[in-house]
Amino acid sequence: MSITVSASPTVQIDTEVSREVKPARPRYRNEIGKYSIHRDSHCLACGKCVSICPDEVHIRPEGYRQPLRPLDYRCIGFDCEKTDHYCVAACPAGALSLSVNPAFETMGDCRWTPDLIASTWAMAETGKRPPAHLEFETGASGGGFDKLRFRFPETRPKDLRREDISTELLLNRRNDGRPKVKIDVPWYGGGMSFGSTNIRALLGKARVAKAWNSFTCTGEGGYPERMIPYADHVITQVATGLFGVREETIARARLVEFKYAQGAKPGLGGHLLGDKNTPEVAAMREAVVGTSLFSPFPFHSVYSIEDHKKHLDWIAHVNPRALLSAKVSTPGDVDMVAVGVYCAGAHIVHIDGSYGGTGAAPNIAKKNIAMPIEYAINSCHRFLSDEGVRDEITLIASGGIRTVYDVAKAIALGADGAVIGTAELVALECIRCGCCESGRGCPRGICTTDNELLELVSIEWCTQRLVNMYHAWREMLVDILYRLGLDSVSALRGRTDLLMHLDYENATEG
Amino acid sequence: MPAKYHIHTHSAPPRQRPVGKLGIVDWREDCSNCHNCVKRDCVYGFYRDEAKTLREEIGFLDYIYQCKGCLTCVQNCTKGVLTRVVNPEYERLGDKYYTPEIIMSNWYQAETGSIPVSGSGYGGPFSGPGFDSMWTDMSEIVRPTRDGIHGREYINTSVDIGRKLLELPFKENQLTVTPPPLMEIPIPIIFEGVPQRFQRGNVVKCVAKAAAEIGTLFITDANNPPAGVSLDGGYVLPFFASEDVGKVQTTAPMIMIPYSEDVLALQARIKAENPNRLVAIRVDVVPDSAQEVCRLTREGAEVIELVFDPHGREHAATGGRHVRDALRDIHKALVKEGIRDLVTLIVSGGIAQAEHVAKAIICGADLVAIDLPLMIALECRLCGECVRGERCPIDMPDIDEKLGVQRIVNMMGAWRNQLLELLGAMGIREVRRLRGEVGRCMFFEDLEAATFGRLFGKRKVGA
Repeated sequence: MSITVSASPTVQIDTEVSREVKPARPRYRNEIGKYSIHRDSHCLACGKCVSICPDEVHIRPEGYRQPLRPLDYRCIGFDCEKTDHYCVAACPAGALSLSVNPAFETMGDCRWTPDLIASTWAMAETGKRPPAHLEFETGASGGGFDKLRFRFPETRPKDLRREDISTELLLNRRNDGRPKVKIDVPWYGGGMSFGSTNIRALLGKARVAKAWNSFTCTGEGGYPERMIPYADHVITQVATGLFGVREETIARARLVEFKYAQGAKPGLGGHLLGDKNTPEVAAMREAVVGTSLFSPFPFHSVYSIEDHKKHLDWIAHVNPRALLSAKVSTPGDVDMVAVGVYCAGAHIVHIDGSYGGTGAAPNIAKKNIAMPIEYAINSCHRFLSDEGVRDEITLIASGGIRTVYDVAKAIALGADGAVIGTAELVALECIRCGCCESGRGCPRGICTTDNELLELVSIEWCTQRLVNMYHAWREMLVDILYRLGLDSVSALRGRTDLLMHLDYENATEG
Repeated sequence: MPAKYHIHTHSAPPRQRPVGKLGIVDWREDCSNCHNCVKRDCVYGFYRDEAKTLREEIGFLDYIYQCKGCLTCVQNCTKGVLTRVVNPEYERLGDKYYTPEIIMSNWYQAETGSIPVSGSGYGGPFSGPGFDSMWTDMSEIVRPTRDGIHGREYINTSVDIGRKLLELPFKENQLTVTPPPLMEIPIPIIFEGVPQRFQRGNVVKCVAKAAAEIGTLFITDANNPPAGVSLDGGYVLPFFASEDVGKVQTTAPMIMIPYSEDVLALQARIKAENPNRLVAIRVDVVPDSAQEVCRLTREGAEVIELVFDPHGREHAATGGRHVRDALRDIHKALVKEGIRDLVTLIVSGGIAQAEHVAKAIICGADLVAIDLPLMIALECRLCGECVRGERCPIDMPDIDEKLGVQRIVNMMGAWRNQLLELLGAMGIREVRRLRGEVGRCMFFEDLEAATFGRLFGKRKVGA
């Protein structure tokens, strides 16, 4: 049976979601690409460019005399000069010119380079691996994932077929009678609260989770009713503010997450600044409209692993089929915390590194508090292994996972899977301007509660962009596993022998 | 219990047009006059407010400073004639150490008194030189924490200046020594002497008054105090050249003298005259300063100001180390001799933003002295025109005293709140306990060695 909920008075949304890739064009007229193609008034409308460009930069719809303004974000740039389909040279009127787009280099930063942003946009639009003129594997932060590379064997595996490679992730490794939940890809969506993020984007996240048999998370702002149709794929988060945590929201979840800390602001509670606390948000959080909501840090009821166990027991009692996850940040003793989380009975320990996060956070905290995830993964993996409990708990890494290459590297370092946040927002055309937290919120309509701005995106568009990105990521992950000769993503876990670091002497390149 | 310490901040907008980062420019002549101009749709209303700004003279008509860089107008323009560029003036701000980001961030704090907050994670490099290769730790589940932000749990930022006895001798229940004088200030930050080139107009007066308002100290030249600055009162820390000691009168509770080999004889002379006066010795840090600091401490120094260059490096012809490493050496040498508590270390030079205060203290300082950030609070762009004897392009000497004081107070308020954030996350309830507390900190090279070094062998030279 398909349940429908109303998205707005006129739109009915089918809660069945397909993982089929369909083009999801950019929302903006002028998508920003690396290069710019300009067609001047000498154009004869001969259609030569339309006929030769394989990247569909030049398009002339049926019945049009003139080609449309070039979709230059698809242009592969000066490398095209060497080919036989270089439009600038082929144009009989010399009406075309190619230049570097000055706006491109002003996007992003060294963690999310312009290339990473544009390649994520390309995946969200097409569902395919990004074009080769973009660097889509690593950023330029100068350390961690950006310096790690896989050691791919020279020869291709003989008996391995891509279609046989498994990307499933098992979330419950304990034999405690609770469901052995598996998801189809080794990642799920991170918590973004109702209040921080547009409900349409949240629904898009929930729908892609359903389509790909994965999860998304409510964040700490409560459980909007419109997410109930996707309840099997929505994690209920219990955070220090306890906003909107009710017995029924615990009871309906297959997975309940305790947020002890978050990588965006380790050691600090959640921040929802007053501007975004609209009447709907305030009602959900049982708070006063317009006040800033700063969640406490930490849970003032938890100061030991025993207290933590008490917390988990409470949820386990309320919901006998739920799996339990504890989201912690990455202090120096994160390995010990991970073992403690195991001892308290959790199924998942989710470590959130300090460089990631989506929400509002003091800049000083984002940069300085707690360690980058790359260090934490391996130390937790090792400590859990040394304690002999590694195979009874699922280790999830997040906080700075930008691409599927980061996911694969995190798994090779010792995680079982990853949680992603910013990558999903970028798929929805976030440009990381960082202005999410105040005023009307996100100027691009993604992380906002402003009634006018939230009209900038639709649920269907959000869903399709994410479905496409998940598809592209999975294809690329399968490709990585195939080249490494591994038949499943779980076989990659802890395979640090397949990695090298460009700053170390074991590197064979760089 | 005394009242909670609080720094009162109020909006203090800049007098001059600040330098912004991003600008929207027309880069093609192809406007279709569609009358549907996307500039009108600016989410932040900058273009809509243009007329109002002109008519009512509110703020600055400056798209570059105000542009938040959301790209909406660039991406929606009918003919695609708009693009975005980085302001070249922005890229020229400051230098490698005082980056444009640091200057802009301090400007923001001086204007608003608020902590800079933004969404979508950290965008900077993985690590960097000096303080950028340290991460402060945080408490998770098993350690006690301190919910310091918003004052929910009190965190104390006071520090003591002076010599502390290692033990208190008693005879027949009576203390047999008089403890040396000790001064307490509410934040671990004092204001360094304003360099000669900035000593124009109201600049020094702003610094002095801001120090008094927040209850800290400012250093000033005793022999030739800038106009309007008094050497009397509780907030001034006069700096005397050795030969000037005794020539100029002051009621300041502490004075500073420069290092020389027999500086302790001079200190003794000052103490003989007034035993309750604290004496700070100013030492330019060179590569082997640790031994000399130990000697001074053993022989009676009570306060030592360790001065690094403006970029936080030791004074050396080449290869001077950063505060991060040099200070740890000095601190460790004192700890090893068992005399660390005898002396108060003030670190000066290279403290450019709030995080540096905490990091310098972790490396072994009791407190820090700040220099250029005070000028940045007064809107300085570090352009260096004054060094060349030219007129200040922002007319800093003319700054209104009230505005200047408020901007420095605002910046200090924001810095202190950021210190509270770090302390709260670390679970440390007073800044005194942070000194030398490297256990609440993670160093890049240690984490690298424990993770990638173990997995991948040696780190390449120069990597």
